[in-house]
Amino acid sequence: MAHSNISKSDGIVAGGTATDSHQEHPLKVYFIVWGLLFILSLGSYMVDFAGLQGYTRWSLILFFMFVKAGLIMAIFMHMKWERLSLNYAIILPLFAILVFIGIMAFEADYTRATRIEFFNADQ
Amino acid sequence: MTDTFQSDPSVTPKNRPGGWAGVVSDWSADQRALKSATWRKAMIWFFLLSDTFIFSIFLLSYMTARMSTKEPWPNASEVFSLHIGHTTYPLLLIAIMTFVLISSSGTMVLAVNYGYRKDRKLTAIMLLVTALLGVTFVGMQAFEWTKLIEEGVRPWGNPMGAPQFGAIFFMITGFHGTHVSIGVIFLLIMAKKVWRGDYDTGRPGFFTSRKGEYECVEIMGLYWHFVDLVWVFIFAFFYLW
Repeated sequence: MAHSNISKSDGIVAGGTATDSHQEHPLKVYFIVWGLLFILSLGSYMVDFAGLQGYTRWSLILFFMFVKAGLIMAIFMHMKWERLSLNYAIILPLFAILVFIGIMAFEADYTRATRIEFFNADQ
Repeated sequence: MTDTFQSDPSVTPKNRPGGWAGVVSDWSADQRALKSATWRKAMIWFFLLSDTFIFSIFLLSYMTARMSTKEPWPNASEVFSLHIGHTTYPLLLIAIMTFVLISSSGTMVLAVNYGYRKDRKLTAIMLLVTALLGVTFVGMQAFEWTKLIEEGVRPWGNPMGAPQFGAIFFMITGFHGTHVSIGVIFLLIMAKKVWRGDYDTGRPGFFTSRKGEYECVEIMGLYWHFVDLVWVFIFAFFYLW
């Protein structure tokens, strides 16, 4: 195995890249992230519990969502310690989804406008 | 895993450039681009990428349906509220499900870690705890489905508002629940293999015939965390929005 010459303490390498696929890190970082995920989930639940509406609600929901997703991907899924080549191969294609969201939002807006125009006409 | 052939003998696994220079050199090497990832890890990541697109398309169709309907969208906060005694708690069950899934992600990460420490028993126990939390999640989802079906929610209509609500709800949560259920099955299989010592002896897998290694636990973990990740998005867009 190419792994055998790497001691346990070398799990985290300077510069944030792993030397190989062996992902062994101190447990502390996992417990911190675990706790953070609980707090952030509580936060997103409180958004609903407090009855916030409008842009405050939406921006808070998105904030908690992205921070949680980022923590899970970076720490739990070890992206922080993978080579950037792998990370970008996975993350860059996701931007196509943003384009798709734009297209469908435009389409849905138009559908709604035509529905209001034609379905309200006979009432 | 043998090292890949290097056309430039001065570049070794030890002194590969990091950062963007590394991205450029890895991808322009005219060889295997993912230098550090084993075949298992590369393949699970590409599978997860494709699965991300599937879930994105579900959430996109939800967005399109919700934006284009003239009917008011049912208020998730009320639809998924739970009555305990005389108090009504909005989204309580969903919040508990979220915490259960996050807890299972935590135990999964511990399983991966104990796996790399070659702690056979603790790894198997953590995998079983993760599976148990997964089953709890699916059980609560089944309860939620039953409750909504009793209240008259159907894929073609419901008493609360826009008729697309039911179709979107059953489709998205159903597909996610299927992922959790499949994950639980694989967790149980993996727990058995770990317990038997397959990853200590290198016993080949029944499907791939590849040598068993503790990295398999990490691959399982990547899938499980992905399921948790998808729930983060479903929770935000479907339940909270």
